[in-house]
Amino acid sequence: MTLRHLSKGLLLALSIGCISLPVSANPFETTLDNGLKVIVKEDRRAPSVVNMVWYRVGSMDEIDGASGVAHVLEHLMFKGTENFASGEFNKRVAAMGGRDNAFTSRDYTAYFQQVPSERIGDVIGLEADRMRHLSFSDDEFSKEIEVVKEERRLRTDDKPRSLVFEQLMATAFVAHPYRRPIIGWMTDLEQMRADDARAWYRTWYAPNNAVVVIVGDVDHENVFKQVQAAFGGFQPETLPERRAIIEPEQKGPRNAVVRAPAELPYVAMAWRAPTLKDLDKDTDVYALQVLAAVLDGHDGARIPRNVVRGSQVAVSAGAGYDGTGRGESLFIVDGSPSRGKTVDDVQKSLLAEIAKIREEGVSEAELRRVKAQAIAGQIYEKDSLMGQATEIGSLAAIGMSWQDEDLMIEKLRAVTADQVQDVARRYFSDETLSVAVLEPVSIEATAPTASAGHH
Amino acid sequence: MSLLRTVLVVVLCGWLGLPAQAAVDIQHWTTSQGARVYFVASDALPILDLQVDFAAGSAFDPAGKSSLASLTRRLLDTGAGDLDENAIADRLADIGAQLGGGVGEDRASVSLRTLSGDEERTAAVALFNTILQRPTFPEAVLVREKSREVADLQESLTQPGVIASRRFTESIYGSHPYGAVATQASISAISRDDVVRFHRNHYTVGRASIAIIGDVSRAEAERIAESIAAGLPQGDDGADTIPPVPLPDAARVRVPHPSAQAHVLIGMPGITREDPDYYPLVIGNYVLGGGGFVSRLMKEVREQRGFAYSVYSYFSPQKEAGPFQIGLQTKGSQVGAALEVVDHTLREFIEKGPTEEELAAARDYTINGFGLRLDSNRKMLGYVSMIGFYELPLDWLEQYPKKVAALTVAEVQDAFRRRVLPAHMVSIVVGGDGDTAHAAGQPAASQ
Repeated sequence: MTLRHLSKGLLLALSIGCISLPVSANPFETTLDNGLKVIVKEDRRAPSVVNMVWYRVGSMDEIDGASGVAHVLEHLMFKGTENFASGEFNKRVAAMGGRDNAFTSRDYTAYFQQVPSERIGDVIGLEADRMRHLSFSDDEFSKEIEVVKEERRLRTDDKPRSLVFEQLMATAFVAHPYRRPIIGWMTDLEQMRADDARAWYRTWYAPNNAVVVIVGDVDHENVFKQVQAAFGGFQPETLPERRAIIEPEQKGPRNAVVRAPAELPYVAMAWRAPTLKDLDKDTDVYALQVLAAVLDGHDGARIPRNVVRGSQVAVSAGAGYDGTGRGESLFIVDGSPSRGKTVDDVQKSLLAEIAKIREEGVSEAELRRVKAQAIAGQIYEKDSLMGQATEIGSLAAIGMSWQDEDLMIEKLRAVTADQVQDVARRYFSDETLSVAVLEPVSIEATAPTASAGHH
Repeated sequence: MSLLRTVLVVVLCGWLGLPAQAAVDIQHWTTSQGARVYFVASDALPILDLQVDFAAGSAFDPAGKSSLASLTRRLLDTGAGDLDENAIADRLADIGAQLGGGVGEDRASVSLRTLSGDEERTAAVALFNTILQRPTFPEAVLVREKSREVADLQESLTQPGVIASRRFTESIYGSHPYGAVATQASISAISRDDVVRFHRNHYTVGRASIAIIGDVSRAEAERIAESIAAGLPQGDDGADTIPPVPLPDAARVRVPHPSAQAHVLIGMPGITREDPDYYPLVIGNYVLGGGGFVSRLMKEVREQRGFAYSVYSYFSPQKEAGPFQIGLQTKGSQVGAALEVVDHTLREFIEKGPTEEELAAARDYTINGFGLRLDSNRKMLGYVSMIGFYELPLDWLEQYPKKVAALTVAEVQDAFRRRVLPAHMVSIVVGGDGDTAHAAGQPAASQ
């Protein structure tokens, strides 16, 4: 739910000429015979490099009953391999002075290290090793699944607004796999087995389902050789057929309510919205991205200006739409009422902002502002190796390319005030709306009867 | 070859066993009004980062008015010169500039990131100066922001992690200024006069340090610093300093909450920015609980027992002793077992210190990775503004790996024995009752 891909598009093109980096040939890309894609971006500012491996598999590829397995496997990837003992991966990266971690999304799973640039060959070797030689015991699995359950308690079960978002997704989608939480339902985690994770690894962790992205103080020719030497011997796998699961048409508004310990009520509203497939023809996506930015792209945008600071109906409110990804998209607005106001007031106020654009459109100044911010944002992003690698990798992992940016730029620059008004008219009927509300329950009311003494 | 790259000189020091060390060329001067300036030139990207830090953190909140420092900072860009909050936000967006910063215990920070081209930079710096020098603190905005702050506070007081953190702060600092936490009453007590006075007395030239990183010349950096300092309040409130921190008595606090997880915080006041035990404690802590996936606490609590997703320890150095803290979250029914593991791990570490191998790993991590902590303007700004605000030696970054390389196991062990004291350790446990009830077969009342 960010403007990441909006800014990306606009920016690169508009920034050419004011940046002293060799943008013409950089990044460099190749594909090994076994299907492994390799993208290297040379950034010679400091003796530092980021190494990432992106697998084109995420929680959307799971099946019901095994939700969360993509993320569980991500945890287990830090256990041993046939060549290295458990914990050795972290230990070696730390000894280089580096940092490493990983993340799982609905669309992909990614692993990364940031190390001194002269150690790039070592981390390429470590990633190659665990792509094909992971080996964890049942005992290690049984410990790690408990860690993941604690992670779920921390991130979701004890966080009322996370529960609301989880229910919003489960309500907005009935068939599409985005309805399942990335971390998995607790009931599924309870019954997960080590072999579920092993099967997941065998099925999806193959060179022809991965992208290596390296950004930093390296020479791309050398890196290509190092990646070839480390990964080149792996055989490609036959990947399972992936059916495009299309969410059936929604025939009216849906609602979910979460009751949990909180003080402030909260509401999130989500409309079905298009996902970018055809870079040239899907102009609605670009117009909706601009609409989201006009509503909540900066402190002076319409929602913070009118809903939070002007009318003071909400203490916090926002809007978000991405429009890129492997699956379905939602346009989401959310907010918490001020004292004396209700979630109904917040909903009405947010809907009124969209209605105003539907009826009166947006100003040229607003359009210009969205573009100026996007241009600057793209340049600022070049300050971070990690940020640049994540941009390149996330596009590649969802089946797009950093090379698509040129066209995306053109399309974004071409968005007019009329187009923004037009999408505001067409995408916000309650036929495709899902609403999730947090109803606060006081802490006292939820306290169990058992007395809590000193431990 | 960019300047940033040339200043990150890699030097081989074979006789010390040092593989590499990074040095940053920090230029330092004082403006004609007396504000300290710290500048690192880098033309690799067309970006300029500025940060002004004032000795205006929450430790300077007057008694009964906790939140004054944070409200003052929050209100700076809600009205300045003849601009209202919307005009300020729009102008920033028009030129693609970003305003940032925040409030800690010691300092209030205001930062600016802008494109370095003449047009954007000139407009952004002018706006930045207006915000710093001529905030108007509109009464209506103050009323609104106070009520938002109260709403935030009330919401956060339902969260076990926030409750634990407040109780921890109160318990280790008592009546010291570091121990004050915001309440509905303390926020409500703040008037516009309080805000105006706080700005006049704390956002002054004498309490300011200015960090400048990026694509400007030394001459331009001097002009920018001069223009910032020229318009700041001249008021002198040098007497307003933070007193030393007394050590608390050991205590155990248990707060009920219907959450699934118990949030555990254990600790005591730790070290100052210029503490003589800084290196043995900070590097020793890497072994104990600071070193991500490779720390002892991580191995004992998470890897071997699956008790927690997050478990850590840290020293947060401040002007006066900042907290030493161990933290974890675990389901309520196993909090006792987790506490035993933490207790055992900590006691063993204090008693025996790290092994030679562990200390070597901590050295490797710190020394080999030092350049990575400085590989962007953003990271550099963080270090340079810290060095400037706390008036650390200009070669602090250069000395850091050398100090770490020279550390011995005995020094780490000695420092932990003297400074991490069970007799002064506070332990806070909040929540987990949801899981405890579930494990005991009781229905949770909320179902």
